Amino acid sequence: MPKVKVHRTSPSLDMTPMVDLAFLLVTFFMLTATPSQEEKLIVDTPSSISEIKLPEKDVITITIGSDNRVFYGVDGQPTRLSLLDKMGAKYNVSFSEEERRTFELTNSFGMPMAGLKSYLAMAPEQRKKITQPGIPFDSVKNELGDWVLQTRLTNPDVVVAIKGDQSTDVPTIQRIIEVLQEKKVNRFNLITDMEMKPSNYKPR
Amino acid sequence: MAEIQPKGDGGGKGGKKRAKKMSTKIDMTPMVDLAFLLLTFFMLTTTFNKPQTMEINMPVKAKDPVEQTELKASEALTVILGKNDKVYYYQGLNDGKSQPELKSTDFSDKGIRQVLLDLGRTIPKLTVLIKPVKTARYKNVVDILDEMNITNTRRYALVEMTDLDTKLLETVTGAPDGK
Repeated sequence: MPKVKVHRTSPSLDMTPMVDLAFLLVTFFMLTATPSQEEKLIVDTPSSISEIKLPEKDVITITIGSDNRVFYGVDGQPTRLSLLDKMGAKYNVSFSEEERRTFELTNSFGMPMAGLKSYLAMAPEQRKKITQPGIPFDSVKNELGDWVLQTRLTNPDVVVAIKGDQSTDVPTIQRIIEVLQEKKVNRFNLITDMEMKPSNYKPR
Repeated sequence: MAEIQPKGDGGGKGGKKRAKKMSTKIDMTPMVDLAFLLLTFFMLTTTFNKPQTMEINMPVKAKDPVEQTELKASEALTVILGKNDKVYYYQGLNDGKSQPELKSTDFSDKGIRQVLLDLGRTIPKLTVLIKPVKTARYKNVVDILDEMNITNTRRYALVEMTDLDTKLLETVTGAPDGK
């Protein structure tokens, strides 16, 4: 049997470059991360070949679930704050400092004005648990229209994006488009998934 | 493991000649573990791709009907989005005088896309009226708008079903929203 030569030098290797790289990446991801938003309403969007990206900021997102509940969300914390104040003034609801802070951090909600105050006053775990009924948008109680209008008054640059589920009813979508048109929003985006272009596609 | 070479501490105090061989090696493993844990966490929580969107411009509602231009029957194509992902279409306008011929198709490559491509070639100013029935799904609407983009059809409008269309669909398929 051949003698196994024991290698005497220590097997330690210099990890410094690896650690450097790891920390570089950590820093990069920390700075670029926009934490993926917690979805309260799970929506499976239809797909399209469109490649237009949604703008990074100033977006109103109207989410419509498969059960036709409508959620409303706007980005930008200052916008949210003044929006809540305006809506509160319109519906005669006053919000405490704590509730305003909670609203500032809420990216999407589906509560009617009547229940919004109690919803914001809830503990975070409780807020996660309850099912939100959605924002009313029928002609009798059109709160969605008010939200859109007040947001546009607060921040005139906002773009409206509709994020609908594949199996949402067409009348619901048509009603929402109608609400938007009543508020003079004639241009909006439909959020879709990516789809492969068919081979006979010719770009404009 | 990673190591930091001890600095030569030759000039010790008190004139002692012997260099003290205190090892300054630090075990970096926990730090590296933590670094990679954070790296993984941030990589997974980052959303890089912004969602895709489809832009839609709805016409401004005209106050005066006189200002609107009349659509020529020869340039019109009505696409009805029925229940269960069915597509029906007819050429011309359904004004109650003459009944247009309603045909049925689907969302496949050889379906409505071929119809739109063929008609777009023969009629340059083809205007498509998209009419979803009440039981259609939102997916159908997005799909047909997507077909408009694919076939390069620029003139299209999303309109509601008229009573005449419902009647036409009912006489052909036997149900007001398609089979």
